[in-house]
Amino acid sequence: MDIEDILQRGQQQVAKAEDLRQLDDVRVGFLGKKGELTALLKQLGTLDAEERPKVGALINQAKVTLQQDIEGRRDQLQQQELAQTLAADTVDVTLPGRQPALGGLHPVTQAMYRIQDIFTGAGYQVVAGREIENDYYNFAALNIPSHHPARAMHDTFYFGDGTLLRTHTSPSQVHTMERQAPPIRVICPGRVYRRDSDLTHSPMFHQVEGLVVDEDISFADLKGTVTDFLQRFFEKDLQVRFRPSYFPFTEPSAEVDVQCVHCLGKGCRVCSHTGWLEVMGCGLVHPNVLNMSGIDTEVYSGFAFGFGVDRLAMLLFEVDDLRLFFDNDMRFLRQFA
Amino acid sequence: MKFSEAWLRQWVNPELERDALLQQLTMAGLEVDGVEAAAKQFSGVVVGRIETAEQHPDADKLRVCQVSDGNETFQVVCGAPNARAGLLTAFAKVGAVLPDNFKIKKAKLRGVESFGMLCSADELGLGDDHSGIIELGANLAVGGDVAEVFSAELPLDDITVDLDLTPNRGDCLSIKGLAREVGVLNNAAVSYPVIEPVADQSERVFPITVDAKAQCPRYLGRVIEGVDLSRSTPLWMSERLRRCGLRSIDPVVDVTNYVLIEQGQPMHAFDLNRLDQRIHVRMSKADDKLTLLDGQDVALDAETLVIADDSGPVAIAGVMGGKHSGVQNDTQDLLLECAFFAPLAIAGTARRYGLHTDASHRYERGVDAELQAAALQRATKLLLDIVGGVPGPIVEAVSKEDLPAATQVILRQSRLQSALGVEIDAEAVDEAMARLDFVVHAREETAAGVEWQVLPPSHRFDIALEADLIEEVCRIYGYNNIPSTVPVARPGLAEVPLAAHSEVQLRQQLVRIGFNEVITYSFIDPEWQQAFDPGHKALELMNPMSSEQSVMRTTMLPGLVQVAKNNSLRQQTSGRAFEVGLVFVPEQDELVQRSMIAGVLWGDREAEGWYQTNSPIDFFDAKGVVESLCEWAGQTASFRPLDDTVFHPGQSAEVVINDNVVGRVGLLHPLLQKQFDAPPAFVFELLSDAMLAKAPRRHQSISKFPQVRRDLAVVVQQDVPAAAVLQSVRNAVGENLVDVRLFDVYAGEGIDSNEKSLAIGLTLQSQTTTLSEEEINALADSALQAMRTDHAARQR
Repeated sequence: MDIEDILQRGQQQVAKAEDLRQLDDVRVGFLGKKGELTALLKQLGTLDAEERPKVGALINQAKVTLQQDIEGRRDQLQQQELAQTLAADTVDVTLPGRQPALGGLHPVTQAMYRIQDIFTGAGYQVVAGREIENDYYNFAALNIPSHHPARAMHDTFYFGDGTLLRTHTSPSQVHTMERQAPPIRVICPGRVYRRDSDLTHSPMFHQVEGLVVDEDISFADLKGTVTDFLQRFFEKDLQVRFRPSYFPFTEPSAEVDVQCVHCLGKGCRVCSHTGWLEVMGCGLVHPNVLNMSGIDTEVYSGFAFGFGVDRLAMLLFEVDDLRLFFDNDMRFLRQFA
Repeated sequence: MKFSEAWLRQWVNPELERDALLQQLTMAGLEVDGVEAAAKQFSGVVVGRIETAEQHPDADKLRVCQVSDGNETFQVVCGAPNARAGLLTAFAKVGAVLPDNFKIKKAKLRGVESFGMLCSADELGLGDDHSGIIELGANLAVGGDVAEVFSAELPLDDITVDLDLTPNRGDCLSIKGLAREVGVLNNAAVSYPVIEPVADQSERVFPITVDAKAQCPRYLGRVIEGVDLSRSTPLWMSERLRRCGLRSIDPVVDVTNYVLIEQGQPMHAFDLNRLDQRIHVRMSKADDKLTLLDGQDVALDAETLVIADDSGPVAIAGVMGGKHSGVQNDTQDLLLECAFFAPLAIAGTARRYGLHTDASHRYERGVDAELQAAALQRATKLLLDIVGGVPGPIVEAVSKEDLPAATQVILRQSRLQSALGVEIDAEAVDEAMARLDFVVHAREETAAGVEWQVLPPSHRFDIALEADLIEEVCRIYGYNNIPSTVPVARPGLAEVPLAAHSEVQLRQQLVRIGFNEVITYSFIDPEWQQAFDPGHKALELMNPMSSEQSVMRTTMLPGLVQVAKNNSLRQQTSGRAFEVGLVFVPEQDELVQRSMIAGVLWGDREAEGWYQTNSPIDFFDAKGVVESLCEWAGQTASFRPLDDTVFHPGQSAEVVINDNVVGRVGLLHPLLQKQFDAPPAFVFELLSDAMLAKAPRRHQSISKFPQVRRDLAVVVQQDVPAAAVLQSVRNAVGENLVDVRLFDVYAGEGIDSNEKSLAIGLTLQSQTTTLSEEEINALADSALQAMRTDHAARQR
């Protein structure tokens, strides 16, 4: 019996099998029920009793060897097949992906929410209000009687019935003081309107005004609040300075300049080479205003501040033309998504 | 207000460089708005006298002048109409350098040699007057350097400063007031020029009656007879006025303007011989009319304080004089008016007539009520020096009880400290009061600190309350010397409602599904407004900036369609935008200001990509957005076909929640697309309030039994609403129906033309058991049965 011979042929055929099916055919041809090695085992009975165990062991040895070869070859072929499948499924990963459309808030809204976050963190309530107001809430209750020259500063839009488009969000402060006893800590964001239109003015723009009324509220508190706010908003340790000014509803009143956020005070186009940006007005609430809203000025005092959100948004996002905010060009808006 | 730095420094000259002075003014609340050079540099220009002026032989408009520089005579050709013998003028000799490095050379004009040039103010950089050569005062030495004529009082390196003064600082609207303020800021002495009274030289008076005493507590008049108006304003005066932004008109107007700028007191001069009998200061009567100095005819309303004579109004008090009674070339006798009008009487008057004058600007803000007599004397003196004349006695009509009463104001040190948040020494307050000329009537030490009783001077008519004094002390102390603190607060914890979304969340919800937020104007074009909401009469602005922004929107849609249109025109062919804002709807007797959330979609559904072919947005994209918003808000919305001129009648719906219409969605009507040249845009508009609701979320347990799917295909009539079919299925199957999905709608080959086929997938699952085959079939049958009964459906 030529065990060696058969094993050798088997091993050669295993090595030549090119896929799993061929390999299985080889297995059946040698190790199957009618396989050559199986057939040898069946002939064992024809041998001497002495030789039988010896030859039997040899045949079994050959079977194990061939089986191992087959398994080795199978692993190899399986890996090849997987590699082929993977190769076939390969895509160009640099092709653009299917991206869900990205929306975005308007930059002015983003600035507005940033402001709200800064103040609500310190316990300020956010108060919304009407945009069409009457004379009392927009002017008279703020110590601006009908003939006051300060009205010329406002360039108001009027309706025939004496109502008007609010020129600031201060009316919301008055409504708040009428409704709520001190302590009061509110900010009033919203659209406001003035008859003015040029590179730096839009007839509709956005304001945030703040009001704090409590015992012992001082000018120093106002300075600290305004300074902290500007530094937090721009996330820069900017210098802030206060200049005497005039608003009928506050006294003392101040204009607030912040160190130019662009050049940090060195002087540039943004700050007209002054190093400073005029960003808001503020002051201690005028006693007439507190009195009109029924707040005892011997017990309570307060401060108020107000600023244009559009201007702060321009500085924050480095937008150089106010009109872009109201142009609603998608190419502009998508930059803020 | 514009002023000349050199003029100010003649009154008060602190040891501050120019920039430091300007900075100081700004930091004191007198904001420097602009600075410009008042003059330009030139050299080689001397005072020349024109000896003779002959007609040029070959040119009508030129003259050949012989000009003396005191030593020699030069021939100069000049085109100025006022070149005449005897005139002293600015003579730029050959070699002179005029502003902008313009060098004077020998020249030949139409064949006549010219050795130099006679200069206009414009050519010397002194304003824009080029109507003739400059006329210098006869007292100057011929041959003197013209630059030196200016050097002392009118230096060529002077600047014109434009101050933006707040309405409360009417006291700074003059050189005098500014000097006083600069004196206070620097603790520096101010040299106020002494005003010597000019004695009467005649008995001539013009009678004055003040009827409106409250509006005009003080009115002074003075007659000056025999003035010579052929004289011209001296250079020093016209030049100072020019450097304060005022043009020289004639000597009388120049003098009144000079007193206005110097003292802050507006004045007016009448032609005495054109006044009828008597001055009446009164409120306007019915039918009063006046032609103003600027030529404008105005009908005067009853709120207007007027100066009148026996024939009628001659001036709007404190605003502008009349043309007829004004000073003319042939005027010989004057009546000078100098009054104190109550600010409230003048405030608003100018604006009502569309006027704004230097006088009204000052009267509205307040003028020192004690200033009139001195100002009138000052004007008399200046006038007599220029145009001569004989002054009469001053006539004064005064109503003492109507003059502003100086009120004593109390300042408490304790209050000062709590207001400013810093301890301020009593001595510092004493010093501030002294610097401000505030008289301290009493000073009392109390347990809570010092109390001052203060009487402000007449020019500080704005001081009436303790807060006013606190502000003054704060200003002197320096705003930037006050510390920064943070107010102590006792805030409660925030309330976070379970049943409401915030507006922030609402906006973010649309951002999340690919929308960009826009901000459009609340006032829009009436044509758009009318087309988009013909049912409402929108509120109109009385004074719009333009007709395109003249009515208040009652719907957000015009603004959004405009966004789609403008972007399409800029090749932004696809987009999704939304806006949250108020609409202003007149309803019955009241105006409702309602917050809306609205959006627009145009162009393709998805961005162009290699992986797909593009398909245009349709109704169901817009509807899907609305559905997802409603679902987010926890609201079950139904959609009803909408009949509305704004929308495509077959592709629009109203959105209904709990039987209330909360909004609309649909395709812009093709006629509107055409009218406004807009792209086919799908829009929606919803009440913000409806979307800000939030149904409280509660957990429902998830069944652990298997779910099965059964698909049904039925045929119904075309006009059967799909939503109704699905509702029948839901009702029939009940709680075991976990999902129902309409996965195909088909019309065409194989079914009647008035029918459609619906393919409906039922997902069935029980909470308590595994559904048997029989149970599943029974549920599917019940669905079929219900569709048959309710909608005459047949199985396909």
